[in-house]
Amino acid sequence: MKPINEAMVSFLSRSANEGFARTAAASFAAQLDPTLDEVNDIRTAVSEAVTNCIVHAYPDSLGLVTLRLRLYGDNTLEIQVKDKGVGIPDVEQARQPMYTTGGADRSGMGFTIMESFMDKLRVRSTPGRGTVVTMRRRIARRAGAAG
Amino acid sequence: MAITCRTEDRSLYAAIEGELDHHRAREILAELDRQLDLELPRRLTLDLGGVSFMDSSGIAVLLRAYHRMNGLGGRLRVIHVPQQADRVLRAAGLDRLMELE
Ligand SMILES: Nc1ncnc2c1ncn2[C@@H]1O[C@H](COP(=O)(O)OP(=O)(O)O)[C@@H](O)[C@H]1O
Ligand SMILES: [Mg+2]
Repeated sequence: MKPINEAMVSFLSRSANEGFARTAAASFAAQLDPTLDEVNDIRTAVSEAVTNCIVHAYPDSLGLVTLRLRLYGDNTLEIQVKDKGVGIPDVEQARQPMYTTGGADRSGMGFTIMESFMDKLRVRSTPGRGTVVTMRRRIARRAGAAG
Repeated sequence: MAITCRTEDRSLYAAIEGELDHHRAREILAELDRQLDLELPRRLTLDLGGVSFMDSSGIAVLLRAYHRMNGLGGRLRVIHVPQQADRVLRAAGLDRLMELE
């Protein structure tokens, strides 16, 4: 299936860009006429994926984070967050609730939240080369909303 | 400051405001730790009424507060939890660990 709309933005892995990425995704999603709860779920999932790039992918340096947003004809939003950082040696382990390699200011619940707020979550990673997180969420068509 | 504290009768009240993400969490954690060390309270009330957004960085803040109050033999209350934060905290199972009002 081909996307009917697409937007892409790259930014440096500075924590100030966490809010920027949330807002960019929410603005793109607005064309789906989502409910407030749906927009909040999208903002939360994007925040988790982007924060992971900033905290984990580039621990001691600044690198590029790419956010790609796609809209499909069946009202599905696809969010892809990509980095060229350190990568994840064991993705299955990393996705476990409460698993973290971070410090006391991390909870290890990022992937768990992405999973529960999105319909689909795919994580591809190569140690030393980077990580791609792809999430999908179908937005319900609302009664009375124009196609 | 994203966190405002006041103490009365060994009860610490802390109101958090704005977006509780990784960008802001460090400052909030540091101030909360500082206040807990200073006051050694028996009760901690975290007021989330002013939180416009929270992700798993907020979970780390709440877990820290919970463990520190356990260490002090005191109690934690979390009040005025907004809808978006509530969904995040429940997805992480924090409602089984502490009361979210
Ligand atoms: N983009 C990434 N690059 C490298 N490691 C990552 C990335 N995303 C996640 N990880 C790893 O997966 C672990 C779990 O991530 P997460 O569930 O978001 O919890 P947290 O961020 O609180 O540690 C992280 O501690 C880290 O080891
Ligand atoms: Mg995370």
